[in-house]
Amino acid sequence: MKRILGKTLCAFAATCLLSAPSVWAENIKVGALLAVTGPSSFLGGPEARTLEMMVEQANAKGGINGKKIELVLKDTAGNPEKAISLAKQLLEEENVLAVLGPSSSGETMAVKKIFEDAKTPLISCAAAEVIVNPLASWVFKTPQNDSFAAIKIFKEMNKLGIAKIAVLVDNSGFGKAGKEQLQKIAPDYKIEIVESEVYDAKATDLSAVVAKIKANEAVQGLINWSIVPAQSIVVKNIRQAGWQVPIFQSHGFGNIKYVEAAGAAAEGVIFPAGRLLMADLLPEGHPQKTLLVQYVKDYEGKYQETASTFGGHAYDAFMIFEKAVAVGGNDKEKIREAIEGLKNLPGTGGMYNFSATDHNGLTLDAFEMMTVKNGKFVPYTGK
Amino acid sequence: MTSELFIQYLMAGITYGSIYAIVAIGFNIIYNTTGIINFAQGEFVMLGGMLSITFLQYLPLPLAILLAVVVTMGIGAAIEMLFIRWLVNPGILRMIIITIGISILIREAALHVWGANVRSLPYFFGNEISTIAIFGARVSPQVLWVVGTCSLMVVALNIFFQATSIGREMRACAANRIAAVLCGIDTRNMVTLSFVLSAGIGALAGAVMSPITYTQYDNGTGLAIKGFTVAILGGLGNSLGAVAGGLLLGIIEAFSVSVVPLAFQDAIAIAILLVILFVRPHGLFGSSAMAGLKEF
Amino acid sequence: MAMSQNFGKNLVFLPIVAAVILIQLLTAWTGSVYYLTQLTMSAYYSLLIVGLCVLMGYAGQISLGHAGFFAIGGYLSAALTTRNLSPYSGQLPVRLLDSLGCLHAGQDLYGDPLLVVTPWVACIIAILVALAIAFILGIPVLKLKGHYLAMATLGFGIIIYRIALASSYFGEADGISGVPGFALLPGLLVSGDKAYRVSNYYIAWTVLLLAMLLLRHLINSRVGRALRAIHGSPEAADAMGVDTARFKLKTFMLSAVFSALAGVLLTHYNGGIGPSEASVMKSVRYVAIVAVGGMANIWGALAMGMVLNFLSLRGFFGTYDDAVFGLILITIMLFAPNGILSLQVRGLWRQRGLFRRKKPAVKEA
Repeated sequence: MKRILGKTLCAFAATCLLSAPSVWAENIKVGALLAVTGPSSFLGGPEARTLEMMVEQANAKGGINGKKIELVLKDTAGNPEKAISLAKQLLEEENVLAVLGPSSSGETMAVKKIFEDAKTPLISCAAAEVIVNPLASWVFKTPQNDSFAAIKIFKEMNKLGIAKIAVLVDNSGFGKAGKEQLQKIAPDYKIEIVESEVYDAKATDLSAVVAKIKANEAVQGLINWSIVPAQSIVVKNIRQAGWQVPIFQSHGFGNIKYVEAAGAAAEGVIFPAGRLLMADLLPEGHPQKTLLVQYVKDYEGKYQETASTFGGHAYDAFMIFEKAVAVGGNDKEKIREAIEGLKNLPGTGGMYNFSATDHNGLTLDAFEMMTVKNGKFVPYTGK
Repeated sequence: MTSELFIQYLMAGITYGSIYAIVAIGFNIIYNTTGIINFAQGEFVMLGGMLSITFLQYLPLPLAILLAVVVTMGIGAAIEMLFIRWLVNPGILRMIIITIGISILIREAALHVWGANVRSLPYFFGNEISTIAIFGARVSPQVLWVVGTCSLMVVALNIFFQATSIGREMRACAANRIAAVLCGIDTRNMVTLSFVLSAGIGALAGAVMSPITYTQYDNGTGLAIKGFTVAILGGLGNSLGAVAGGLLLGIIEAFSVSVVPLAFQDAIAIAILLVILFVRPHGLFGSSAMAGLKEF
Repeated sequence: MAMSQNFGKNLVFLPIVAAVILIQLLTAWTGSVYYLTQLTMSAYYSLLIVGLCVLMGYAGQISLGHAGFFAIGGYLSAALTTRNLSPYSGQLPVRLLDSLGCLHAGQDLYGDPLLVVTPWVACIIAILVALAIAFILGIPVLKLKGHYLAMATLGFGIIIYRIALASSYFGEADGISGVPGFALLPGLLVSGDKAYRVSNYYIAWTVLLLAMLLLRHLINSRVGRALRAIHGSPEAADAMGVDTARFKLKTFMLSAVFSALAGVLLTHYNGGIGPSEASVMKSVRYVAIVAVGGMANIWGALAMGMVLNFLSLRGFFGTYDDAVFGLILITIMLFAPNGILSLQVRGLWRQRGLFRRKKPAVKEA
């Protein structure tokens, strides 16, 4: 018994000895912390596939400044404690130049301080505004700010004359951040939130809570702010209850799978989204057009699945890293400065204009209002 | 609360309850012949949904579901023969851990086969927005499919266990394994049969509920926990108890929405369950003698 | 005299202490100090696991809710040491705490005034809360048997998970981040900072080995012998005049305290905690590790707790982490039902022999 315990410890020791870090000075090493498995895998999966594809493409073109890019991808399974452990590993053992990810805001907030201490850029694929506001000097994010989506939705509501609304959010970090922004911004647009509920990401049916909200006759419109598949259940249950209330969704609806899941119920849902979903419809000469069409074509060709805005966040993260390294080389501080100096950079999420005080770089303009017609995303043109 | 709202809550509760009850019945069948809880039961439900969706590309809906049920039954049999059949005197905890391991393996395999995307079968009748009015409340026709399947299953299982000789042999195994062997019953085949049966029931449930709940690789865990809760609430091994427990839990969940925030729904429902367990330590309809027998 | 007797019994710890020191020296020598991060984290998880092992293996009580106790410890200490009390500084309870020296005033990352509970006080509160909950819950729960006990503990875990996920005080889905270090003694800080890496490794192992010492003492004491009797036959133990209910409750409370302490220390080490630490899958994982290590075998539990957590935290199996874990569970439970340390080549052959045997297996009811 003791002997075997001893052996186990010896095995530890052997691992320590054998896997001393190997440093390849020639390569550009970039880490990625993504929730490839676990409850957030619908985010981490497309993100990981996008990164792998892009690194392959970049290397086929000769890498950055003639150096090959080496991607060290770690699966956090959506657990903050794993993200912490893996982040330290990437920083101390792999000596990466920068890290892309994590996929969720909880994980990003958990590792934020580690990257501040290690003075290494972190380009998060999570949307919550709190990641970059208050500002941390080494932490960036690519998805559009939640407040932009909230403002877009409220503006549309003002046009439609909707003043009293219900808010339904999922219990992921995305839903939490959305709820906070909606509550904060609603008064600016003279909108009152009269019902507010949080549903479970793994909910199987939500007809009870829909019945409750429907019973409140003051409700004129509804915002369903979520990134998980259960958001389609909400839409379905509302229409099944025979309730024709205008439904607004968040940018988390930007995955055609969710429309397919909600089927006929998704018709007429209004939501803000990046232009990835309407790449084909953009006018020629739009700065994002070429890049979006190319990404969608490459991704769908390689993986036989529809490209979503989630993969797009990783696309932008890698592209920002690529541009910054081309300027900053092997120096983390220079890379950080280079990111802050990126201007008018088209990405899948919008036109990025970073600065020392703006680590998201996007504006309200990154979003277009869209709707669903005949099971497809189309631009929303108003009533 | 208006009567319309009341009925709407009630119908929602019945929807949840039937879903939980079908999963719980699957637990009970294996429990009745082996005395173990198969924590991979939720994965049978997930497989039923996933396989039907896959087969639907090549077959019409009824055939796709049938094939999915048959394939899942085969998987159930394979699991029993590979992992359970040859164990001598396995303790209950050992079986729990093995079935948890199997459940993790199936889930991870499903992730790598089908990916993380959400899928669903089409509605059997109508579409996502068609409804039927019942006493002023509206329900999806698919809910009637789930409730109907659940009721049919309970009736069919009762007939099977009471009136057929195989069913009676399976019950004999549950009552007293050694006596069953002495009576010439092949208890091993009975255990295999119970896995086949509960896999089939799980798969059918997974297909029927898929349009409502959707199917994703990790659906099984949540359903298994709910199903286990309901099986315990009704008293382990008691199919009618499972239905009663399921409806009770479902209705508590649905009505709790009107008083507490939805986010705390699960916490409230489970807290009520704990209180029930403290008062009746063997579930609502379980026998205390049976509960005392099965220990770790 | 008792001291020297105990000393003799505890000689078994010497090789482990030596190994712990050796590994640290080895990592320093090979320049791979970073391994200590995961070794420290695994040690805290192992603290929970050995406590659970005694509850399961010696008191015979399964608990599918121990992640709940871990979360109580972690979340309470995280919330108390980060949630700003300065808006309430005029109110009586806060003033009272302040006058007792339980509060710490400072500035947050962005320069705003911050008034929080000091880590020591938070730690004590967290552990007392875990202890109280274990006591209140333990009395009715430990009367349940078999699957009903499993369900009740599972239910407790779910309730804690749901509360953590639904309360804004506990940060909902994001959990709590920015938890400060915990100064156990002046200069001895529980913190994930690189500068404290080595000292934290020793802190974790000291806590873990002290806990093991306590557990071994318990196992070998009169109480421990009674515990073993309970697992064999509670009726017999009762007949011998052993108060089984009381021992079960005591063990339950002890393991809850270990879990909460692990939660407190790991949360300060990680600088935060998220709802995944309270999830049902975590509880299941702990139970599985205890089973794989051998139910009534704290050394097996320690070994498996270290190895499996270490590999998982390092992302050794990549996206197959859960799959490999499931495979390990099945393999060990099939071929070595008494845990990995019981695995012998000969035993394997014997099991294979059974595989071919035709006679139907008769299982005890």
